[in-house]
Amino acid sequence: MPTTETSGRPLGASVKRREDARFLTGRGTFTDDVKLAGTIHAAFVRSPHAHARIRGIDTGAARGHPGVQAVLTGRDLVAGGVQPIPVAWLLPGLKMGEHRVLAPEVVRHVGEAVAMVIADSPAAARDASELVQVDYEVLPAVVATDEAIGSDVRVHDLAPDNVAFEWSIGDAAATDAAFAGAHTVVRQRLINQRLIANAIEPRSALASYTPASEELTLYVTSQNPHVHRLLMAAFVLGIPEHKLRVIAPDVGGGFGSKVFVYPEECAVTFAARSLARPVKWTAERRESFVTDAHGRDHVTDAEMALDADGRILGLRVNTIANLGAYLSLFGPAVPTYLYGTLLSGQYAMPAIHCTVRGVYTNTTPVDAYRGAGRPEACYVVERLMDLAARAMGQDPAALRQRNFIGADRFPYQTPVALMYDSGNYQAAMNRALEMVGYEALRAEQAKLRQEGKYLGIGFSSYIEACGLAPSQVAGALGAQAGLWESATVRVHPTGKVTVFTGSHSHGQGHETTFAQLAADELGIAVDDVEVVHGDTGRVPFGMGTYGSRSGSVGGTAIHMSIQKIAEKGKKIAAHLLEAAPEDMEFTEGKFRVRGSPDRAKAFGEIALAAYLAHSMPAGVEPGLEETSFFDPSNFTFPFGTHIAVVEVDKETGDTSLRRYIAVDDVGNVINPMIVDGQLHGGIAQGAAQALWESAEFDENGQLLTGSLMEYNVPKADQLPMFETDRTVTPSPVNPLGIKGAGEAGAIASPAAVANAVMDALAPFGVTHIDMPLTPARVWQAMQGSPGR
Amino acid sequence: MSKIRVTVNGVASEHDVEPRMMLVQFLREVLGLTGAHVGCDTSQCGSCTVIVDGVATKSCTMLAVQADGGEVLTIEGLAQNGQLHPLQLAFREEHGLQCGFCTPGMVMAAYELLQHNAAPTEAEIRHGLEGNLCRCTGYHNIVRAVQDGARRMAEGRPAVHTPFSVPAVERTASSTTTAKRG
Repeated sequence: MPTTETSGRPLGASVKRREDARFLTGRGTFTDDVKLAGTIHAAFVRSPHAHARIRGIDTGAARGHPGVQAVLTGRDLVAGGVQPIPVAWLLPGLKMGEHRVLAPEVVRHVGEAVAMVIADSPAAARDASELVQVDYEVLPAVVATDEAIGSDVRVHDLAPDNVAFEWSIGDAAATDAAFAGAHTVVRQRLINQRLIANAIEPRSALASYTPASEELTLYVTSQNPHVHRLLMAAFVLGIPEHKLRVIAPDVGGGFGSKVFVYPEECAVTFAARSLARPVKWTAERRESFVTDAHGRDHVTDAEMALDADGRILGLRVNTIANLGAYLSLFGPAVPTYLYGTLLSGQYAMPAIHCTVRGVYTNTTPVDAYRGAGRPEACYVVERLMDLAARAMGQDPAALRQRNFIGADRFPYQTPVALMYDSGNYQAAMNRALEMVGYEALRAEQAKLRQEGKYLGIGFSSYIEACGLAPSQVAGALGAQAGLWESATVRVHPTGKVTVFTGSHSHGQGHETTFAQLAADELGIAVDDVEVVHGDTGRVPFGMGTYGSRSGSVGGTAIHMSIQKIAEKGKKIAAHLLEAAPEDMEFTEGKFRVRGSPDRAKAFGEIALAAYLAHSMPAGVEPGLEETSFFDPSNFTFPFGTHIAVVEVDKETGDTSLRRYIAVDDVGNVINPMIVDGQLHGGIAQGAAQALWESAEFDENGQLLTGSLMEYNVPKADQLPMFETDRTVTPSPVNPLGIKGAGEAGAIASPAAVANAVMDALAPFGVTHIDMPLTPARVWQAMQGSPGR
Repeated sequence: MSKIRVTVNGVASEHDVEPRMMLVQFLREVLGLTGAHVGCDTSQCGSCTVIVDGVATKSCTMLAVQADGGEVLTIEGLAQNGQLHPLQLAFREEHGLQCGFCTPGMVMAAYELLQHNAAPTEAEIRHGLEGNLCRCTGYHNIVRAVQDGARRMAEGRPAVHTPFSVPAVERTASSTTTAKRG
């Protein structure tokens, strides 16, 4: 039954999603929906302390509870050969604290698992988990990012000062010289607060073991099933990789938090093998809050030097990045290569120097969260731009435009390693100014101020490096993985097509967009293309979905396979038409002899011919199926200008987001509807960082915002409609010209909204408040100002 | 164990359930209706929203025994004769969903909203859905979907999209099971 209505070419059309029918009728299959006969259920015993030594664990009462099948502790797992969870990005001199699946001796954050109870039902497992007696010797904890270095508390013995790494990029001497010759210098301490991803689907794992074949199958909430398989099998559990099949069915949001290998899924898989029973665990939200990797958490001292005309001379950035109690999978990469390298923003900056110290604390591990390092960099650059504009009495839009890298300067080499692929920053800014009605809005702002109403206009002109990215470069920088992507395109004898992609959607709609891409290039109907992903038993080794890479890297792998199919099809068609292969062309689903349009074979005819193989050209194998691995030559660099318009209530300090304008350039677009949706969601998450969200710990390491009652995930009535538009500057890095759209909204919006609030508070002399800009913080800032 | 008799999506059945079993567990584990999801433990996210006796209800917060004698409508019961409800269709047309996890609860909450207010303003829609969290869409397209759904319902426009061919199998009127809390 046709599900896709399109007219004209599918590529670039807002094709409605084929995923939607199952989700809208309650027929999605999320991990917790998967049921296997004979399943038993796991519950974890978690540390209530941020830092403690385990003196002993008494599991007797739990073992005796009705329905309990097993109770496992950290020592049991060590005895069973379970190894620590690895880190996938190593920096020079990295001090790596051992991260065990269940803590055998010391717990280092609240919520760390110390034992696992497995019982016939989730309720029995949970009841029995409360009977496990853990004897803790409570140790002092270090929690705050800026208190880790020099603390008496040592999170890991191998890092006496709690510093896991020190990293720097740029030219210190050139930056010093730039500051020495500056007309204006602006400085600010900027706290980029810790966030919690809060995908609405909690993490879940269901593992089963078939003793006869020694095969394990793990259903898990994963953005990258092959990465999970490789790391769990080869590094943690020590089982042959080919004996573990990882299936990530429908995944209910991730935003980075489902990239990483977590203790629970390792423990569940170990238990399923040991007990030869399917074992299932699904997080309760309170567990998600303390165990899903957190994001951001930087304390940064930043300064910018400018000349008398407002041209940037230099940027100096010192950041302390809180890594939490252990290094999560990509924990070391996020505040370094995904952060320091982005500090040139959209601007021609002659000199930049950045140092980052990654520190251990007794808190939940920190890793990539939508944007991952790039929102932190954007916030630093864009807040400093506004502070500079204020200090120099200049318009913030004009100051940005004066410093934009010109459209004629691409590819552009920044002082912090990256080579920007393409861009036209002025065009995006112009469109945003036009959409917001800038001059009229400034006039309205002035008028409202006279009436005691405080409107603010905030800019964020962001750059993003995405399409992660060249494996050779990543390897040279410490990555323990390649960052290519795979695709197999299988043409069936009837001419129908199945695409197997190593990317894995967790809301991005790949089943639709990759079908559009393949259908467009093959000249067939979108409905004639099936997209398969998320199963290591079905798709070639793939790297998964994160870093806004699926379209540009995963899509290009599909494109390459289709090119190979077209080449093979031309040979077969030429043979059947008695023409020379070099005279063939493949357009609109037909293999034609150039110049003789009536001599043609339809795609379906060639597919059948390839499988019949009754008459094949010499040296051409039967079948029509190709696999490709695309490794890009560079990152792609989406960009744009966002403008937030806020109103701050003078009496309460409450900020309302009035308008939000986003002009983004994500290169070529497969499906505009889906790209707009990605932008909307990212903007909401970033605006929420600016105004509402924050993971707050007390001094003992207890998470005070440990449920959705305290942690302010925005609701529908907190956000406006978003006004979006695009400019299109194709990327030269991949043949599709795609840049990537998944993270742009979250990268740009914190700075745009924060800048808007500071603009609103300008009459009060307020230049900076740290996020989240809660009514209490804003109100206090207004009270302390001469403008009151 | 307590015996309950509940009509779910028009089908009445009797079951023995543990008194502490939540309605959402009853739907997911006893009836196998996994459209209602559990996204939190504090009744904030609304992913488990179903209609109980005409009222949008967070089924993670209601005991199964409280639904005894009641009528429950879940997302699985909204499409009729293999055709999407106009509101479901509107969510698809307006791209009101991404990962799809909050979607069943969001659609059911919007469904109840439109029962009381056939032509809500944007502000009324946003207020009406503030018990349901979506992390993917920023709500922009959800609001548009509810507006579009309201129009479609008011116009009595037939749904044109048939997601699955549902064979017309006559169902037995009731069934009886004994269920332990899963």
